[in-house]
Amino acid sequence: MSWFTKSSPAAPPEPLPDIWHVCSKCQSHIFKKEWEDDLKVCPKCGHHDRLGARERIALLVDPGSFREFGEEILPSDPLGFADAKGPYAAKAAAAVKKLGQSESVVTGSGDVNGRRIVLAVMDFRFLGGSLSTGCGEKIVLAIEHAIQFKRAFVMVSASGGARMHEGILSLMQMGKTCAALQRLAAAGLPYVSILTDPTTGGVSASYALLGDVNIAEPGTLIGFAGRRVIETTIKQKLPDDFQTAEYQRDHGFVDIIAQRKDLKSVLARVLAYRVK
Amino acid sequence: MTSSPAKRVAAWDVVQLARNPGRPTLRDYASRMCDEFVELHGDRVVADDPAIVGGFARIGDVRFMLIGHQKGGSTEERIACRFGMANPDGYRKADRLMKLAEKWGLPVVALVDTAGAYPGLEAEARGQGEAIGRSLLVMAGLKTPILAIVTGEGGSGGALGIAVGDRVLMLRNAIYSVISPEGCASILWRDGAKAPEAAEALKITAPDLMELGVVDGIVPEPDGGAHADPALAIALVREAVLENLRKLSDGPSGDRLVEARYRKLRAMGAFDPKKAVKA
Repeated sequence: MSWFTKSSPAAPPEPLPDIWHVCSKCQSHIFKKEWEDDLKVCPKCGHHDRLGARERIALLVDPGSFREFGEEILPSDPLGFADAKGPYAAKAAAAVKKLGQSESVVTGSGDVNGRRIVLAVMDFRFLGGSLSTGCGEKIVLAIEHAIQFKRAFVMVSASGGARMHEGILSLMQMGKTCAALQRLAAAGLPYVSILTDPTTGGVSASYALLGDVNIAEPGTLIGFAGRRVIETTIKQKLPDDFQTAEYQRDHGFVDIIAQRKDLKSVLARVLAYRVK
Repeated sequence: MTSSPAKRVAAWDVVQLARNPGRPTLRDYASRMCDEFVELHGDRVVADDPAIVGGFARIGDVRFMLIGHQKGGSTEERIACRFGMANPDGYRKADRLMKLAEKWGLPVVALVDTAGAYPGLEAEARGQGEAIGRSLLVMAGLKTPILAIVTGEGGSGGALGIAVGDRVLMLRNAIYSVISPEGCASILWRDGAKAPEAAEALKITAPDLMELGVVDGIVPEPDGGAHADPALAIALVREAVLENLRKLSDGPSGDRLVEARYRKLRAMGAFDPKKAVKA
């Protein structure tokens, strides 16, 4: 629709991008500094904007305690996939370069109020946070690390689902990650799943909703099938709150909804109940 | 006559064969492949999903738990079972039957044939994602052998939800994919009509999946596809079931079986620095 905005004289003047943040939900103009200080939560409507994996890690673990591992695992191109926009290998390499991280998930260990945990944090900016062979491998290595060192495992999801470009092998990562979680459970170790916007498709249908405790940020989109797909299938309009964190809590799939500023303390409080 | 596995067929043509409504359905396999089938109903929570059918089954003196997607034969039946697209109740029924198989010492045979899990309001309200994820967890830890056979369409999470197997087979003209070619084309090509190209790029045919190490064997089909001679197609699947159950019964059991299943899954998409993209 670029022809429309270009030719429209009624389009509002763009605010100075350096100073202002425009809330993607309520369209309020907020001082960017204020918005960033509020952890990218809109002070007007409470909308929780998406965070990158490293911002999320800084929010969850004690300063200086994070030790990354698995960063040698880069995307692979098992199918030699190319679409209308060109080869997937180039697209994946560009994502690695742009974000300075090896895959759609960052993994490592860190302390939550002094308690050592293993965590895997997805990043939606990396090809839509898609679950690929590299992403699945990193998550499995993190879970195996948690088992080896008898730590709780904390997964932070942010994903549109499996990565199409790696085909069936992406789908198999759903089975592979869940098999690792099965071993974690057999070892009696805690699994806390934190669902952030969005958690959909194959990620919602594998590890994201299997936490011993599932925690979500307010308003997070959580669901398996896309809203438009469902509306087309059932030929009816869906409720406004459909597939929100609140909807999932009311339907029995999310335990706790935590504001971003409280997320770490809620996580710490929950983990403290592991007495074994 | 069965078709030669060496012959290269366009992926889009295989998609049409895999979706042919004349292919045998789960109920055809239950009644004509098995000498006995005792259907078991319900997820013990809210419903009996007609899109996933299961029960005790027997071929000769080989007993097993048969579970599979039911696409339906007649138009009425196809609508009633949502063309084999299961609700969470279907996956929870499958879980329940798999645990029952484990308890009674029966192997599981899962026949996969679905376009995907059902995208509906009730499916979401009852936790489609959680139900599929839970199934993956249950299968990973199941202490009885699982043989999964993709008989037609292996559509994404809806297929995998009953298909984590110790041995996974595909019929010669079956497909197994992370997304439908149409869905992939509309997202990555922004044009659903490019589905034939997407089908090729996604590598979804049985020989493709053999090469990728995702399936362990290909079950031959009659010339022209399973719909051309359903009786022969069913006989060939019967042969494959018996042969593979025999192999599985000679293999590890209990914790060693679970360990072997983990190693098998663990190897799928394992990282190889030589194959990584150059950043």
